[in-house]
Amino acid sequence: MMQNTQSTPRKFSTERLGYAFNTTGKIGLAVILFWAVIAVIAPFITPYPPGKIVDWDYFGPISESYWMGTDYLGRDILSRVLMGARYTVGISLAGVTLACMGGVVLGMIAAVIGGWFDTILSRLLDAFNGIPSLLFGLVVVAAVGSSIPVLILTLAAIYLPGSYRFARALAVNVNTMDFVTVARARGEKTTYLIRTEILPNILGPVLADLGLRFVFIVLVLSGLSFLGIGVQPPHADWGGLVRENIEGLSLGAPAVIFPCIAIASLTISVNMFIDNLPQKIRDRSH
Amino acid sequence: MTQPLVSVRDLVIGAVTDSGRKVDIIRKVDFDIQPGEIVALIGESGSGKTTIALSLMGHCRPGCSINGGSIRLADHDVTKMNEAKRASLRGTEVAYIPQSAAAAFNPSQRIMDQVIEVTHIHNLMPRAEAEVKAVELFRALALPEPETIGRRYPHQVSGGQLQRLSAAMALIGDPQLVIFDEPTTALDVTTQIEVLRAFRSVMKASGMAGVYVSHDLAVVAQIADRIIVLKAGQIQEVGPTREILEKPQHSYTKDLLSAFDPVPFASVKTAEAKAVPPILEVTGLSAGYGPVRSGEAEFKVLDNISFKMEKGTNLGVIGESGSGKSTLARAVAGILPRYRGDVFSQGEALSPDLKDRSKDQLRRTQIVFQLADTALNPSQPIESILSRPLKFYHGMTGAAREKRVIELLDMVQLPAAMRHRLPGELSGGQKQRVNFARALAAEPDLILCDEITSALDTVVAAAMLDLLKDLQKDLGLSYMFISHDLSTVEAICDDVLVMLKGNLVEALPAAHMSQSAQHPYSRLLISSVPKLDPDWLANLEHDPELAKAMMGR
Repeated sequence: MMQNTQSTPRKFSTERLGYAFNTTGKIGLAVILFWAVIAVIAPFITPYPPGKIVDWDYFGPISESYWMGTDYLGRDILSRVLMGARYTVGISLAGVTLACMGGVVLGMIAAVIGGWFDTILSRLLDAFNGIPSLLFGLVVVAAVGSSIPVLILTLAAIYLPGSYRFARALAVNVNTMDFVTVARARGEKTTYLIRTEILPNILGPVLADLGLRFVFIVLVLSGLSFLGIGVQPPHADWGGLVRENIEGLSLGAPAVIFPCIAIASLTISVNMFIDNLPQKIRDRSH
Repeated sequence: MTQPLVSVRDLVIGAVTDSGRKVDIIRKVDFDIQPGEIVALIGESGSGKTTIALSLMGHCRPGCSINGGSIRLADHDVTKMNEAKRASLRGTEVAYIPQSAAAAFNPSQRIMDQVIEVTHIHNLMPRAEAEVKAVELFRALALPEPETIGRRYPHQVSGGQLQRLSAAMALIGDPQLVIFDEPTTALDVTTQIEVLRAFRSVMKASGMAGVYVSHDLAVVAQIADRIIVLKAGQIQEVGPTREILEKPQHSYTKDLLSAFDPVPFASVKTAEAKAVPPILEVTGLSAGYGPVRSGEAEFKVLDNISFKMEKGTNLGVIGESGSGKSTLARAVAGILPRYRGDVFSQGEALSPDLKDRSKDQLRRTQIVFQLADTALNPSQPIESILSRPLKFYHGMTGAAREKRVIELLDMVQLPAAMRHRLPGELSGGQKQRVNFARALAAEPDLILCDEITSALDTVVAAAMLDLLKDLQKDLGLSYMFISHDLSTVEAICDDVLVMLKGNLVEALPAAHMSQSAQHPYSRLLISSVPKLDPDWLANLEHDPELAKAMMGR
């Protein structure tokens, strides 16, 4: 027992400082934080108003005054990328939060209640899952019209079934553990069971899943914007920027390169971060 | 004096812990094994018994390494060999019988192919000859239909038969040394006895030496010539079986032996007991799994169970695995709704499903599960685990609740500081105490104990039983005690129910179980419990009635 008391804190600290957060994870986190900060402070640091045509030349090269060149109308790309972070990071974050919260809560409820409720909900969401995500986005946005709330809700709806499946599978395993049976025998209600007994035990994988889903949402949002049904002009998220300037590709314009780099840097860093996150979370829960 | 078959000198085995620290788990162990001798390694979990046994094959589990000393097996120095030479040793010089035979067999191959695989790997004999030899071994191990059993798949034989088949697998290469790694621990007593008998007769006939790893002294007493008692990676005591059992020297050995001796249970039943309605009365209870159709579950487990428990008495429920003991506790607690029959708690009828029971009815009956590992939420500190029933049933909050948590920990003899830990930071025995304290927090009248001591080491389990008895005296509790271990039931219960295939076979007074048992199954079950006497198994074989009962299995 004495040994146990002494060794436990040591074990915790070494793992938390060493493994749990290696350099790759730190780089990933740094890039994510960088974009998050940019999204917040963008209006204050953009060198030009993002919608203003500042240069008479279109697809201008990198220069002193336009660090990332200009776009097809002669607008400053740096300003547009910085402002685009607001839309890309903001919409994706809101979408992924809604998708995961909804999916995880429904998944846990289905696992705890079981029976016909579980069967009906699972089959419904499976059927929903069968619709291709971009197609679904196209139909909804075409029908309702594109606005930021519609985009957020559409993206959340596309990714909710996957999150539900994932959380339900984890929760079903935890649900069969004796401590849940004990709580149930005590007379606890479903809300207590999912909040206190199940959620803390599936949190690690769920967070990892959230990171992965965030990346998918960024890509689908960029895809929607590329097709012209995402964020509407004069504003543009990164995907929209790529679409606007796609003709500049043959001219080797920086206007199309930089938004691509922005998308890649965010999605790759989120991946790098979540690949190194689970270990930390796994260590904490043991 | 002949040269010993195995000699181990100054053996040191190290391991690397999760945090990267190096520890010695076996420290300076010396022992010899003579040809034809069976030596038992005994000790609690974590004492290093399996690690030593595996090292005789030159094998270490991942993360462990032999860091010093020597192991000599016949003419081979195991510690100096390379892995390829060690591999050629295994199967022909030394063989291994694992704890779980079910995990050792490949479920998609026929038994015969797996048993004779050793002869094929080492090119010992042609296939036909190996098959003849295997059939001989099957016969020697008293397996049914020895000629054809090899054609079956592993799932087509019983657990006890599979364990004997894994012995055949080990013995076919004529090894000089056989390592038994807790081969009967996972088996029911009635199955254990047939496996032990088979092992004993085969080992006697073949004259092979053996190492028998176990935590159960009574099992070891039947088969071993000499016993080595281990604790924390060191040898505590070595001696011939009889000597260890009769004149133990070391205090740890004495603890082991005294933990085995059931202290006769003094009932705390009070005279007023008759005046109040029984604490639990069950009439005609039937329960099962699967959807209920026309008033019956698809898979019936319990059939027409009736019994009565007076306040302050303890009821034991015994039977082999699959007899429906745990299902009975679940049906009483309402976790598994019964489809027929009635359950009364202190004269008050309880509804089948716990959803329809009142909070007070739920509070009065608490259930404690076997595995404290899964019964405690790994992400909650002990304090939260114990606080919840206090708030839920008694509405306690703040300082009063914290005080009560400390009291509860004190009741189960744990220090108050433990409330800040997570379950993962507690030992098995401590976890089981917390598990029990949670049931006490509800202030119940009846606690359903589902095999609560089965996963614990002998000495720890004995301490747990003492605790249960003390608490009963102080709090006037009643226990329904489910166990496959008759000696624990004997130590704590007033009455015992014997279950067989979901039916209640017999109700017996715990104090004179063996005298008053009438039903042949109860008699078989009771006489199958190993005793510390080394002659017990031999004497048992002369009992004609029992021998007849065994034949039918």
